[in-house]
Amino acid sequence: MKKILSNPFVLTVIAIILGFVVASIILLLAGYPPVESIRTLVESMLGRPKDISSVIIRSTPIIFTGLGVAFAIKTGLFNIGAEGQYVMGCVVATMVGSMLDFPKPVAVIMVLASAMLVSALYAGFVGFLKAKLGIHEVITSIMLNWIALYFSNWVCGLDFFHKHGTIGMYPVNPCTYTMVLPAWKRSEEGQAFLAENPILKETLGRTDVNIGFLAAVIAAILITYLLNSTRKGFELRAVGQNIHAARFAGINVNRSIVHAMMISGALCGLGAGFYITGQSPHTVATLSAFENVGFNGLSVAFIAFSSPIGCIFAGLLFGGLLYGGAGLQSKIGAPTEIINIVIGVIVFFCALSYLIPRFAERMEAARISKQRRKKMQDQPDVHP
Amino acid sequence: MAAEVSSKYAVQMHGITKRFGSFYALTDVDLDVEKGTIHSILGENGAGKSTLMNVLYGMYQADEGEIFINGKKVDIKNPTAAIAHGIGMVHQHFMLVENFTVTQNIVLGSEPTSAGIGLNMKKARQNVLDIVKKYGLEVEPDKLIRDISVGMQQRVEILKALYRGAEILILDEPTAVLTEQEIDELLAIMKNLIKDGKTIIIITHKLKEIQASSDVCTIIRRGQYIDTYPVKDVTEDDLAAMMVGHPVNLVVEKTPAKPQEVVLDIRNLYVKNEQGIDAVKDFNLQVRAGEIVGIAGIDGNGQHELMEAVNNLKKCRGKIILDGQEIQNKTPKYGIDHGLATIPADRHKDGLVLGFSVYENAILEKYRSDDFSPGGKIDRKKMRSFTEDLIRAYDVRPEDCGPKQAGGLSGGNQQKVIIGREIAQEPKVLIAIQPTRGLDVGAIENVHKMLVRERDKGVAVLLISFELDEVMNVSDRIAVIYDGHIQQIFPHGTVDNRTLGRVMAGGKVEGDFADPSEVPEKTAAAEAAAAETAAEEAAAGETAAAETAGAAAELPAGTEEAPGEPAREGLVPAAEEPLRETGPESVPDMLRTLADMQQSLAQMQQQLADMQKHLVDMQGRQ
Repeated sequence: MKKILSNPFVLTVIAIILGFVVASIILLLAGYPPVESIRTLVESMLGRPKDISSVIIRSTPIIFTGLGVAFAIKTGLFNIGAEGQYVMGCVVATMVGSMLDFPKPVAVIMVLASAMLVSALYAGFVGFLKAKLGIHEVITSIMLNWIALYFSNWVCGLDFFHKHGTIGMYPVNPCTYTMVLPAWKRSEEGQAFLAENPILKETLGRTDVNIGFLAAVIAAILITYLLNSTRKGFELRAVGQNIHAARFAGINVNRSIVHAMMISGALCGLGAGFYITGQSPHTVATLSAFENVGFNGLSVAFIAFSSPIGCIFAGLLFGGLLYGGAGLQSKIGAPTEIINIVIGVIVFFCALSYLIPRFAERMEAARISKQRRKKMQDQPDVHP
Repeated sequence: MAAEVSSKYAVQMHGITKRFGSFYALTDVDLDVEKGTIHSILGENGAGKSTLMNVLYGMYQADEGEIFINGKKVDIKNPTAAIAHGIGMVHQHFMLVENFTVTQNIVLGSEPTSAGIGLNMKKARQNVLDIVKKYGLEVEPDKLIRDISVGMQQRVEILKALYRGAEILILDEPTAVLTEQEIDELLAIMKNLIKDGKTIIIITHKLKEIQASSDVCTIIRRGQYIDTYPVKDVTEDDLAAMMVGHPVNLVVEKTPAKPQEVVLDIRNLYVKNEQGIDAVKDFNLQVRAGEIVGIAGIDGNGQHELMEAVNNLKKCRGKIILDGQEIQNKTPKYGIDHGLATIPADRHKDGLVLGFSVYENAILEKYRSDDFSPGGKIDRKKMRSFTEDLIRAYDVRPEDCGPKQAGGLSGGNQQKVIIGREIAQEPKVLIAIQPTRGLDVGAIENVHKMLVRERDKGVAVLLISFELDEVMNVSDRIAVIYDGHIQQIFPHGTVDNRTLGRVMAGGKVEGDFADPSEVPEKTAAAEAAAAETAAEEAAAGETAAAETAGAAAELPAGTEEAPGEPAREGLVPAAEEPLRETGPESVPDMLRTLADMQQSLAQMQQQLADMQKHLVDMQGRQ
């Protein structure tokens, strides 16, 4: 019992179930039928092939930022700057992508690489400040989040990038697209093929199916390998868990912090790159507030207990709830705030789930105590 | 076995059982503490003695069993209830507010008020002074905690308990952080408290202390009650055997050292502390291959900063030369790569990554070698087999701990992992800082054996410890650190605790305990240096010393074999006799000896008086 309850996967599932229970109560209190609402939510997430496809697409950037945050947590850093790094990645990807005209693989790689690089440097700066000057990464990265947002807005307004008649930049050129067969599916031949395959028509034909999700899965596997099986990963984890012992053992702690932040930032940047190249509108618009892709990554990393592989599932859940929330709104009329509360409640229970094993332990102790007392009653002469 | 419940006992705990999950920390333990006595609870680390006291103090609730205070059954739910029953506890780690004054700390939480609102610190101060006077616990009420010594802080803790009306005092490892003199003072304070009718319970695993302080001793082993004895009826060896469960060798067995060339040479070292003040100043020390040099000293005299500088955790001025290579102001890795291994003082902070498995901790330094991570990929097979060997060689328990978190091991086993790991580095210099802190007798014996074994393999061992007995037992030379520099160096077996204690407090012992390692340096420069020392000492008017040092300078330069031995004989004619503080006979020296004797006489009289009083008490009771 205790062993099962210590398993992070089980804990997460319990947290999610508890989250839905509390969410039902909230829905009930808000005057919406809870069972009906939850069913509608799940249906809008998984009801049709198109929905599933959309959920995956919607989840991809969140999985990437989740991976970035989870990686940072594994190395002892709290990368609340994922949002800013993601925004920087988006701007740079759009800037580079709208100027490039190269053969496909080269263009794609250049866009993704530039987004990764800039985001990595942006995060690396936070790591540098922490390593050299001892400034906590949370403080610097919150500042840098805002700087990234305003930088993004500023670039949007530059004549060179601004697309007239819109509030955003010129979108990236089609040569940088990472969707699956974007040209073919619009061609006559493609249309004809899709018409014969209703499922493919709904998914590939109607949504921006792209390679981002696949890349996220590969990234999660690579990161797991890096952390657990390599010299570098050993160092990063050692620094993350006990910086003093790591320093004592001769690990270059400062370098580790900078590298960890850079890798974390690069993951956020890669997510941004895939978002810009893989989903319409393929551009960045002037923003009045954060889009929360990075902040949602924080929640994803928490739900996943910072396991990279877990981030894939947590990201899908998160993307699903965000996407399904829209369905809940249109079908039941519940406001999106409710769906945000549901998400909040789930994250809250995940954060509390470390209490579950303790609770189980207490139950176990009570059980043993009871048994013992019973035994003593059976043989009352044990005690002198 | 449990005594009958009676009001002659201050504390009676009967059939106490305490579980943590399915682990039994205490099983059916009995404790009967007579009023007005000092009662020791002896046990290895993890035996459950602190748990038992925490049950008494209300920090834990016993799963089974009863507690009686003065013959009345009580239910102690929390420390507040314990205080209400007149129980006070002084924890091993003091719970004081660093930047509050002594008075503020003592009254904290039960401050006297005027008209029920405003603090009345004047009254508080007076209250404190009253208690101070009553028990002879001298403290300076207006000093800040951070400015007073550890011994003084402990008194503040005791005062805190007394201020709250404690009749029963629990002291958790009270002497762990004290110097020899402070221990004596503490013992005197305890005797005073007993005279006033208080009852004291001491948690300890130090056998010597029990003999010195306690009337009765209860032994606990692995959560089980073993026995209770009047202390005068048992010997240290008996106690040790009962505590561990098998006979223990209390004295470190070792052959005389065979020191060879200097491997670690620290010259004119200056290191700043956190406040930017030089905590290590003009520090000079040589450690030779095949010897153990122990640094004795009171905590806070630069030991920590010295370690930081040697391990390159901090910048310093001066030179640290390891086997001919200057290693100062580089990186920690540089030192490690040049043959430095360190057993850190704080194994949880500096020694282990507690969340890592034992496997990973075992290769915390080796992981970067191509042996363990060819091509940047950790060789798990190699990691496992290496760790399994280490676990076997150092008897780490449980044997199957390899894949488990290091944080789950007991302190002694964690230390074994660290020691095994550091020794596996095949270092030229091994620095051990407080290597037995918090370990029990059996584990201490083990650690000391390992240090001696390394010495015999030709490693230069530097032992830094606040435990005087440890330094005296293990070291071949004892270097006393005071105020950031080496105050004096003594060869093994030439000084006693008391003398060392005086040097640790900043005194100097007359007589020539010259450092043998400084003399037989084969270079002309060293000879000149020796002559210089001689000249200096001569200038200071120490004619006797000058003669011997001069003789040393005249020694043939090339004493090839065992350079330490003949040199010392030549240099210190008196070293063969058991030297106390009678060195060259000078008037101030003799005066000091006389003063010492008077002091011990006074102590003996005091003890005699105590015993008489005790006798009268007993007769009165009968």
